[in-house]
Amino acid sequence: MSDVVEKTLTALPSLLSLDSQPGSAKLSSTSKLGNLIRGITELTSKHEEEKLIQQELASIKEQVSSPNTSMRQMKELMVRAIYCEMLGYEASFSYIHAIKLAQQGTALEKRVGYLAVSLFLNESHELLLLLVNTVLKDLQSTNLIEVCMALTVVSQMFPKDMIPAILPLVEEKLNHPKEIIRRKAVLALYKFYLIAPNQVQHIHNKFRKALCDKDPGVMTASLHIYAQMIQEKPEGYKDLAASFVAILKQVVGGKLPMDFNYHSVPAPWLQIQLLRILSLLGKNDQRYTSEIMYEVLDESLRRAEMNHNITYAILYECVKCIYTIHPKSDLLEKAAKCIGNFVLSPKINLKYLGLKALTYVVQQDPKLALQHQMTIIECLDHPDLIIKRETLELLFRITNAQNVTVIVEKMLDFLRISEDDYTTIDLVGKVAELAEKYPSECWFIETMNTVFSVGGDMMQPDIPNSFLKLLSEGFDSVEEDKKLRLFAVDSYVSLLQGEPDKLPQRFLQVISWVLGEYSYLKEELQPAAVLRLLAKLLDTKNTSSETKSWILMAMTKLCDGEAGVSVAQEVSETYSSSLDTVLRQRAHELQYLSQNPELRSKVLPRDAGLEVDSSLSFLDGFVSEALAAGAAPYKPPHQRQEELAQAKALSLEPYGLSLPISMSSCSIADRQSPTLLSISSGLSGDSTDLSLKGGSTTLKLDGVKRVWGKEGYLAQREPLEEAAAQVEVPSPLRSPSQTGEADNSHSQTPIPIPTPEPEQEKQQLASSLFVGLSSHSSVSLMGKSEPTPQRFRRKAKSPSSSLDASERISNSLVSSTSTVDNLLCDNLLDTSELAVPSPSLTSQLSQSLTTANGSFDVQLTESDVKGSSPTLVRDNGVAVPLSGLSHSEITPLCSDQSLDLSVCHVQKEEYLALVSCVCDSAVQELRSLGVAVCQYSLTVKRPSVHVEVVGMVSYQLPVGTHQSVQFSHKLPLTSFIRPLTVSTEEYGKMWLDFTNDTKQNLSLISDGQESLTATLNVLKKKLQLHVVEIIGVEGIVACRLHQDQPCLMHCRVHAGTLAVWLRSPVPDLPDCLIYHCQRALQEH
Amino acid sequence: VQNTVQHVLLQAEDMQQQIIRETFHLVSKRDDNVCNFLEGGSLIGGSDYKLIYRHYATLYFVFCVDSSESELGILDLIQVFVETLDKCFENVCELDLIFHMDKVHYILQEVVMGGMVLETNMNEITTQVDVQNRMEKSEGGLSAAPARAVSAVKNMNLPEIPRNINIGDINIKVPSLSPF
Repeated sequence: MSDVVEKTLTALPSLLSLDSQPGSAKLSSTSKLGNLIRGITELTSKHEEEKLIQQELASIKEQVSSPNTSMRQMKELMVRAIYCEMLGYEASFSYIHAIKLAQQGTALEKRVGYLAVSLFLNESHELLLLLVNTVLKDLQSTNLIEVCMALTVVSQMFPKDMIPAILPLVEEKLNHPKEIIRRKAVLALYKFYLIAPNQVQHIHNKFRKALCDKDPGVMTASLHIYAQMIQEKPEGYKDLAASFVAILKQVVGGKLPMDFNYHSVPAPWLQIQLLRILSLLGKNDQRYTSEIMYEVLDESLRRAEMNHNITYAILYECVKCIYTIHPKSDLLEKAAKCIGNFVLSPKINLKYLGLKALTYVVQQDPKLALQHQMTIIECLDHPDLIIKRETLELLFRITNAQNVTVIVEKMLDFLRISEDDYTTIDLVGKVAELAEKYPSECWFIETMNTVFSVGGDMMQPDIPNSFLKLLSEGFDSVEEDKKLRLFAVDSYVSLLQGEPDKLPQRFLQVISWVLGEYSYLKEELQPAAVLRLLAKLLDTKNTSSETKSWILMAMTKLCDGEAGVSVAQEVSETYSSSLDTVLRQRAHELQYLSQNPELRSKVLPRDAGLEVDSSLSFLDGFVSEALAAGAAPYKPPHQRQEELAQAKALSLEPYGLSLPISMSSCSIADRQSPTLLSISSGLSGDSTDLSLKGGSTTLKLDGVKRVWGKEGYLAQREPLEEAAAQVEVPSPLRSPSQTGEADNSHSQTPIPIPTPEPEQEKQQLASSLFVGLSSHSSVSLMGKSEPTPQRFRRKAKSPSSSLDASERISNSLVSSTSTVDNLLCDNLLDTSELAVPSPSLTSQLSQSLTTANGSFDVQLTESDVKGSSPTLVRDNGVAVPLSGLSHSEITPLCSDQSLDLSVCHVQKEEYLALVSCVCDSAVQELRSLGVAVCQYSLTVKRPSVHVEVVGMVSYQLPVGTHQSVQFSHKLPLTSFIRPLTVSTEEYGKMWLDFTNDTKQNLSLISDGQESLTATLNVLKKKLQLHVVEIIGVEGIVACRLHQDQPCLMHCRVHAGTLAVWLRSPVPDLPDCLIYHCQRALQEH
Repeated sequence: VQNTVQHVLLQAEDMQQQIIRETFHLVSKRDDNVCNFLEGGSLIGGSDYKLIYRHYATLYFVFCVDSSESELGILDLIQVFVETLDKCFENVCELDLIFHMDKVHYILQEVVMGGMVLETNMNEITTQVDVQNRMEKSEGGLSAAPARAVSAVKNMNLPEIPRNINIGDINIKVPSLSPF
């Protein structure tokens, strides 16, 4: 079949030249469109084409606006207008007529009208509102084709605000007897879900019905919705995993009609979609969901053996799924083999996918990259740039301290030949990220120099910003910092002495900043000499005025001594009359400060730490003066937006998108930078976010690692010295000793046997690229723990490392015969009963707890439990450390013939103590009850609405049989929330620093005047929030998730509801908290 | 992730708009012995998107998709689309696509709707297109007997689709939604 097509198409050029051929014979010779097209093909220049189209458009315009034009003629005119638009000429006058045609025409004319509308307009075009009525009418039509057309246009574009108007009709279509209508309705609902998820919240049940539809086509359509929803919230759909597996099993097993086969593969696209959904469900999974997938994955792998494109597509999805879900060794083995086949395939598309798959799995299985190292090296020299780039992406993922220099070298090589802006920007970012991660003085500066000169002015603005930040904040060692800065100064001075006018503007800005700050480190360098270099730069005509102001700022810092002052005076005179106001300002500053050294040293102190007052409190006096003088009070952007939104009558969404304000990056060079820094870097965040950002622009691999746990290949680290030595070797390619070392360090690498020269080169390259990847050496993967050999360490700024303060648990162990409740509440311990040792619980009792849900981490510290010891312990156990603190109700968790397990929790300041009691139920008749109490402290790493703790108690009976009981316990997030006492000023400061936010309207609990206070009090009582201040209709509230993870809440009474805005540095925390606020107010 | 399968029908000199121009620029300079995928390009929406194309003589069929689509899957979908065109136009050639671009769009709408793959089954696609074509023919007689033809169009229904689906074949048990 495809051969036929290809042959036909190959014959096309000859067809084009002969008008009498079948292709053109099909055209009506009188067709105006035909004439137009023929006219265009005869033209010779662009100019003529323009003229012809303008004529055509004028004639169309005249005809469409004439009242005598029939709908039939209109249809023909529309097709011509579409053609003109396709050529890139605007025919906006025809838009309204397209809508009219869709509205008034017969079915056939409608079809053209709808098509024209969908091609002409974009989703936010205001004319779309005029289409709503037409759609409404057609959805109710008895003509199925009209219904189909309406559903098609709805799924392509529909104004968000008007969804409620047609939603009931579309919903109704889900029960339509015709499958095509049901299918299109499902896709229309999917569209609604994408643009306004809240509006379709109530029909989730109907989605499930669509999934069970008797027609496979409708079921397939509903998978689009599920894929989307599962991606957003995988834990909510775990129960569907078995259903998806069942569907896939039946599809793979050939249960679908033959009709669905494509190249005798049953419904391949359906299989692909299902595999994607399964991998979404099994991601970060704790075995249970993944287990049910193993069989069908194995089956899919086995069946997809035919040598056709589409089976490879299925295989690829299988492999990705296997590596995403909870691992199973024999499947992994098969998947690895598949990846091997892909990589080694001569077909270039498969090679590409093989590299993609390798990139995806290499963090879990670095050995796989080792196996294919020679292929990877070959791909580095592949003529196809896309393959080359993909290879670099792979190398980027396996970079560690030992191979970073080689990999960066390869990337820079690629950068120098790359012509594509997009690739350049992307790659420059990656090189900068790597260089910052493994900085070693000269290499780091040299690499960044290349980055700046190659990346030029296209690169992301946060690269120079974070570079400067790194330089100014320095590393752990003062000595190293000095060396680094000195080297930078050295290299920049020599650059400026060369041909500075060829350097990109961004680079010049960096250079001038560094020279301004650090040139004093080089003692033999006279400030006046630097000033002269900078002044020369100022005179270069290519220098932009932004760069000029950076230079002037640097000069201000440098104008020491007589020679310096005279240069400064000269320059400032030139620019103090500049037309550019910023430049003029800088020039005046320079002039003034250069004459006043005392003031200068006060304003621009050397080596002073940076302090940024992001709350702008120094302006308070000014503000109060202005207010007193009658100025309008400042409104934050969200409030302004809110008010603006109210002004528009049609908007149904109370909150628009607010401008993301991030002040965090202001700290880079607040004082020094002469330009409006906060504007350019407002969105970029500070450099510590870089690795995170890098991750998001590439393959989304976050979380992949966690499937595996930390053991395995991260277990051993190489001796420090060796690795450190390698970092300093600038090019291991030319260093045979180093290569030898590398070979020794991992036994998996094939030992190079004598090979011809180029081959040997490749082997060398391989060993320098893949050094440190074998399981015996340390692997420092991107975003993972910093490698020990790294000589510089960024100062730890975030408190997150304090997470593993886990030694706070108290182990308490009690042996008593009282009931659990008694033990916990009253401690009524009967000594006589205590004397009876528990007969059945031996000292083998062990309890293990894990958290169930993959999407959040609960840090949990385990106390070891020894079981009820026979000795008499007159100890109140839990009650002692925790007495005085309120505890929750005691919940029985599970029991079997010999054990009862109960749990309660106590809210401590910094963690949640989970107390579980194991008591021996089998021997109750004997009046002796063994009770063991274990205490765990729980802290939340990543917030979620609920936290589920699952665990297992295993114990050994005296007879010697091992027993185990599983249990799980669900805790709401509120158990981990603590009040956060801050002042209003502190609150204001924190507010600006936090980036994750959420807004919602909550109901007030009463309508009275004090409704805000009352509502906040309820929240305070139920959720342990701290009410910071209430001012009029606004209130601010603060809380934290016990480990310095604050969340701020801003409430405002507005139109009978409470408009709440939450902000936190922790992702998801605002969303989870808002959910609990909602619940708390509902329950009230 | 937005699932976008955009379709750009390219033909020799017809590129004017910026995206199409860039796409053409990217695609046309690639030889036949390189892979059919193209990543990035700031105009097509960043790193999550890629271009997947197939080259037939003077024609390029280019789909722009995001990461939620399977690369090889789309490649074969293009094949399905082309084969369908071939069926609907009875030996399709370039001129068919230019002179009947509206029809090409209708066929595409049956394959991809609102950016999502709607149907991959060629017979099914042609059935739907046939239905619409029949509508056209009956309207062709409009001038002769307008009233009757109009009512014929009005009453026309989609045919039962000859799919032979055994309802019992696919058995899906889906637990009902638990109240949250």
